[in-house]
Amino acid sequence: MNTVFLRTIGFELLIATRHRGQWLYALLFCLLVIALFVIGAGASPEILKQIGPGSIWVTVILASLLSLERGFRADFEEGILEQWLLMPYSLAMLMLSKCIAHWLINLLPIVLLAPVMGYALNFEPPHILVTVLVLLLGTPILSLVGAIGVLLTLAFAESGLLLSLLLLPLYVPILVLGASAIEFSMMGIWPASQLALLGAILILCLLIVPRAAAYTLKMSFV
Amino acid sequence: MLKPLKALAAPQAFYHFTGALIPWLWGITVLALGYGLWGGLYAAPADYQQGEGFRIIYVHVPAAFLSLAIYSWMAALAASYLIWRIKIVEVLMMSIAPIGAMFTFLALVTGAIWGKPMWGTWWVWDARLTSELILLFLYLGVIALKNAITHPKVAAKACAILTLVGFIDIPIIHYSVQWWFTLHQGATLSFFAPPKIAMSMLIPLLSMLIGFVSYALAIWFIYARAKLLDREYEKIWVKNMLQVAIK
Repeated sequence: MNTVFLRTIGFELLIATRHRGQWLYALLFCLLVIALFVIGAGASPEILKQIGPGSIWVTVILASLLSLERGFRADFEEGILEQWLLMPYSLAMLMLSKCIAHWLINLLPIVLLAPVMGYALNFEPPHILVTVLVLLLGTPILSLVGAIGVLLTLAFAESGLLLSLLLLPLYVPILVLGASAIEFSMMGIWPASQLALLGAILILCLLIVPRAAAYTLKMSFV
Repeated sequence: MLKPLKALAAPQAFYHFTGALIPWLWGITVLALGYGLWGGLYAAPADYQQGEGFRIIYVHVPAAFLSLAIYSWMAALAASYLIWRIKIVEVLMMSIAPIGAMFTFLALVTGAIWGKPMWGTWWVWDARLTSELILLFLYLGVIALKNAITHPKVAAKACAILTLVGFIDIPIIHYSVQWWFTLHQGATLSFFAPPKIAMSMLIPLLSMLIGFVSYALAIWFIYARAKLLDREYEKIWVKNMLQVAIK
């Protein structure tokens, strides 16, 4: 089972390397949106400090939303997901590997880019460190919850806007906790409680989502 | 105890039972709302702090209560639908979301109308207001998903899953928003810091609550009955009923 789990992730990564340069889109998107926030709000350091934590999180959430479909839709249309249903392995496990692959390909690069975004928003080094930490804890949640949303909307073609309508309300706690963790660090407080809460939500998602996603997938092939 | 419930799960029995129930519900609605409105708007004394403005709670509180209660109820229906796959439960679940959205909207609007004279502004990013707003979006998400999927059974299962995910998320949203709010601003205008409400104000409020609940039940059943006919239009009992109606 473990080998299947790891090989599915490896397979996804291999596909990602074959589509050369695609992983760059999310990064460019993030840089652009951050630039838009700065241009829109005015570039004075005071304002940047105020809007910084929130805009980083909003940017990351949007990027994850836009990248979610890529992972699943092609597999759905080519019938790969249907084949998964027939496989003798635990579907929940396969779904989890899919989520992890999505996170590795689309969101981990953004987390690694966070120092650049933080620098653009005038963060100081300790705040940048906290930003990377909360993103590390928070972004897997985006992948996991997002997977359910994508699976729910696989059946119809133009699902981008609907997907955001379904998912954005669910992402509110992540946004709140993530942004306030950075704000805490700016006030000189170590955001232990936010990190702990994000970790708790992540564990909850890891427990629930694979099964829920497997169930949702089965359902869409009635 | 389960036996009568089981009998009701048959579409025909459900249809006739609710058909008989709806006039009673309307009766209760009219009586309870009538008494509640009279008691709340006319008989109850004006509040010594908020003056006449407090009277909007007679609409606002029941609406806010129902907005959350309906979502919880929808989640309970969703879970039981996913477990037992009962057709009636599916129809009931799929017809309740717009009603919940309506009450949530009503709670937001009456809250804004109340907020204008009391706080001097239509909208504050207060914790309760914000989580109520997110609740509205959760409802709208369920409705949008329902409308987007044409296959009724797939739509029902998808909405059930989304409802349950949202239900798990609601407390997390609520507490995170509350927490975010206390971080951003200090102690706030306390909403209804439950003032020990006087009897003359409380009884009309309870009456309004009963009226709202029975109104919600009535329109819910009407909607569910229509949906049921739509789902079952090829079944014998519907055809028989229609023939009798035509004659």
